[in-house]
Amino acid sequence: MNFSEVFKQSNQLCKVSPDGKYLATCVQYRLVVRDVSTLQIMHLYTCLDQISHMEWSSDSLFILCAMYKRGLVQVWSLEQPDWHCKIDEGSIGLVSSRWSPDGRHILNTTEFHLRITVWSLCTKAVSYIKYPKACQKGIDFSRDGSYMALAERRDCKDFVSIFVCDDWHLLRHFETETQDLAGLEWSPNGCVLAVWDSCLEYKVLLYSLDGRLLSTYSAYEWSLGVKSVSWSPSSQFLAIGSYDEKVRIINHITWKKIAQFEHPATVESTKTVYKEVERRPAVAHSSTPRVNVLTNFVSLINSLLLPHLDEICSLPVQIPVVKPDPDRANPKIGVSVLAFSSDNHYLATKNDNMASAVWVWNMQKMSLEAVLEQTSAVRCFQWDPRHPRLALCTGNTKLYLWSPGGCVAVQVPTEGGFQVHSLNWHCSDNSLILLGKEQLCLCYMETDEEDK
Amino acid sequence: MGEWWTTEASMENCEISSISHVTMSPSRQNNFVSSYLFPLAKSSYSVISAFCTEDNVLQCISYINQELASLGLCSTYIEATSPEGTGLNAVPALNAIYELLQIHRRTMSTVEALEKEQLKKSSTMELMQTSNTRLKDQLELSIREKSGLHEMERQLQLKIKTLQSCLKTEKDEVQKLQSIIASRASQYSHDAKRKEREAAKLKERLSQLLVDRKDKKLAIDVLNCLGRSDGKRGHWKTAKATASHEGEMYKSLLSDYEASQKSLMLENAELKKVLQQMKKEMIHILSPCSSSGRGATADDSQEQHHDSDGEEKMGDTSRETLDQSCEHAREQLTNSIRQQWRKLRNHVEKLDSQVSQVQNQLESNKEMIPLETHEDEMERMRCEVQQCKEFIHAQQQLLQQQLNTSFDDETAALLNDCYTLEEKERLKEEWKLFEEQKRNFERERKNFTEAAIRLGREKKAFEEDRASWLKNQFLNMTPFTDRRRCSSSDGHSALSVRSEPEIRMSSVKAQLAKSSTYTTFSTPRSSQSGAVPSTPELYRTLRLIPESSSSRHSNRGLWQECSTIEDGDNQLKV
Repeated sequence: MNFSEVFKQSNQLCKVSPDGKYLATCVQYRLVVRDVSTLQIMHLYTCLDQISHMEWSSDSLFILCAMYKRGLVQVWSLEQPDWHCKIDEGSIGLVSSRWSPDGRHILNTTEFHLRITVWSLCTKAVSYIKYPKACQKGIDFSRDGSYMALAERRDCKDFVSIFVCDDWHLLRHFETETQDLAGLEWSPNGCVLAVWDSCLEYKVLLYSLDGRLLSTYSAYEWSLGVKSVSWSPSSQFLAIGSYDEKVRIINHITWKKIAQFEHPATVESTKTVYKEVERRPAVAHSSTPRVNVLTNFVSLINSLLLPHLDEICSLPVQIPVVKPDPDRANPKIGVSVLAFSSDNHYLATKNDNMASAVWVWNMQKMSLEAVLEQTSAVRCFQWDPRHPRLALCTGNTKLYLWSPGGCVAVQVPTEGGFQVHSLNWHCSDNSLILLGKEQLCLCYMETDEEDK
Repeated sequence: MGEWWTTEASMENCEISSISHVTMSPSRQNNFVSSYLFPLAKSSYSVISAFCTEDNVLQCISYINQELASLGLCSTYIEATSPEGTGLNAVPALNAIYELLQIHRRTMSTVEALEKEQLKKSSTMELMQTSNTRLKDQLELSIREKSGLHEMERQLQLKIKTLQSCLKTEKDEVQKLQSIIASRASQYSHDAKRKEREAAKLKERLSQLLVDRKDKKLAIDVLNCLGRSDGKRGHWKTAKATASHEGEMYKSLLSDYEASQKSLMLENAELKKVLQQMKKEMIHILSPCSSSGRGATADDSQEQHHDSDGEEKMGDTSRETLDQSCEHAREQLTNSIRQQWRKLRNHVEKLDSQVSQVQNQLESNKEMIPLETHEDEMERMRCEVQQCKEFIHAQQQLLQQQLNTSFDDETAALLNDCYTLEEKERLKEEWKLFEEQKRNFERERKNFTEAAIRLGREKKAFEEDRASWLKNQFLNMTPFTDRRRCSSSDGHSALSVRSEPEIRMSSVKAQLAKSSTYTTFSTPRSSQSGAVPSTPELYRTLRLIPESSSSRHSNRGLWQECSTIEDGDNQLKV
């Protein structure tokens, strides 16, 4: 495992292009594009103000930089550095800007969710979509980029509009049976749209692409409901995390619950619990791989030889629970993050009142595979897009990796203590982008090819 | 005492006593008379106003006769011997007196009995009274309790009433609150809707205004327009385009359904395969039993093979039929499976019964060899498992050790670990040695205490011996020398009636005691020192240690011996 040098960034704006060749970072009002392999600066663009949002187009040719305070969007081209595009939303304001899947249109959401403006870079044409709903996830593009589902609110009723992204033709428009729609998400195969109600009611609705209601799922009533929803990459399962600290798995044939994962404070039945223990000496700040004794227990990930800081606990294990304040809105309880591994085999979850633990579930056995108990609250975790390998960070100077073979913790070897606040897997290069508060660095795993 | 007095006193002063009897109550008389009778009798006799005087003898007699008659003693009639009444006919008078006395005695006894009875009665009455009072108290108490309970009940009832009223009010409150909540909720939702509508209106207005104002800023500034990502040109929005969109959508939906159907088909096929295999195996399993049922012996493997081949063919044909049935009628399939299953179940049941029979036979024959071998095998396995566990444990320990010791260089750590391991081994061995030694010491100590006890006993014997010897010595001065000697030897022999080792010990001790006592006999102090010998002396005497070497030295020798043995072991190991 190797680490790159540290670069500056601001607003945690740092993204790798979809083709994996370039790395774009924002530093104040500058946009820096680097080659991922050499980390040499390829292009440097200067925006009109501090950048608050940055996004690559799907074909990796353009970069969108939004300055919400100014209501401005600037687009830069990689092929033609002198090409420029500036979109001014004017006095109506701007709260969100994003690319359409084709990379030739920009969707701007105005302030107060008055409308969504669709700007075409091909024809300079502008079209409006009225009544977008301000909610958790009101807009979603299907995986293949052909359809867009948009939550709308008219006359105190929730509607979903399905647009064809090709020419923004309204394909379907239907009312949903929700009190207050909170979000929608396409299944990865693009044929089923999951729609869920706000937390006041546990209700998940499944619509077909043509607007038919396929099924309705509700686990319970009279209590805070859905907190997070996630499709498995195979579209086979829909995982629903809720405020009752449980994850319910729904199958794609009958749309009924097939499994329920609970997050008890006392873990009694799992394969392993990895507990991070603070140990000052031993592993020093060095990037040279060293075999620790525990490697006998832990077959290291992709034969990476990493210092191991986690301890394997014997069951049952008590996980620290923080009792949420019942008087405050959006209580810190329930499953807020759900993530399927790319091969569908594992599901990682985080229960908000046990913020220091990440639970990994085996989707084949429908059982708890491992619990990773950290010393501090987990900030972010993400699955490797190619391997069943989970990277997570807790805002300290370490990077944690879990794979079915075991768990490792790696100290980020930089001066001044690089605190990992967020991380992103590179889509193909077997590397990780670690984001600190105002810095970033790349972490390279040893590639499989060498072993092979 | 009273009785005794009555017999004696009445003989002497019969008349007076009888008079006094009349006046006095029996109980009082008893107490009274014992001390005051004699003076009273004398005085009464001397009194002039007595019952009988010389003048009125006759009247007295008649009176007495009357009295006697009234008492029912008609037979004895006291007569005066002379008309003047100076003399009295003795016989009837005496008889009368006797009768009276008898009566008196009887009455006395009855009185006594009655008294006793009365006493008893009174005591029982007292008892009754006390119990009565007690019961009365109890009654009072219970009554009080009852009233208290009544009071409590009343209070509780009151409380219940108040609580019920409370509950009612609470219920009312709840209902009220619920209605309030409901009304609030409806109001809230209404308000929310209103607000939302207002917001929508405002938004509408805002956008209208923005549109009206022709916001100049709202603009896109592109250097040159881009081509579409797919390279095509944009389409016009036509009915055809919408139709094509619909078509696309349905196509994608269709393809999805097709894909899902395909996957389901695949799954189905897989399941079918499993089913077929199951069926085949079922047939396979069922066939030998059926053949054996037919009477053919299935012992011959060749024949069995042949049989199975035949069954396989049958299975093939059945598979075809199965396929057909799958396609045409599902019922057939389920029926066939059900039949097969029934067959299998019957077969299994039959096998079960057979097995139980065989087991019974086995039990009757007591042929338990397979079981024994099985147990042996189990034991072996268990041993193996145990070994493996120990091995794993050891490994874990080692790992833990290695983990615990923080180190910089691995090889150094490894070496260090080796050293510690070796040291640990050695320490363990030393510990073992130490344990053994400790045990030796314990044994020695026990021996010592035993010896001390024996010594005490022997000392006592010796004291006796000495006494006898002194006596002997003393008597030696007298002419009874031979006889004394004889007795002393007798004492010695009595002392020597012991078990074999003790004899040995005692003989040594006796020598020792003899020598010490004989030499230091004259001074009592030295004799004392002789009686309590020093420890090494004692050890030597008890042969616990060799004469030449000290105990420590000997132990060291043992140690060395052990260590040499260990060394040898080590060498062997190495």
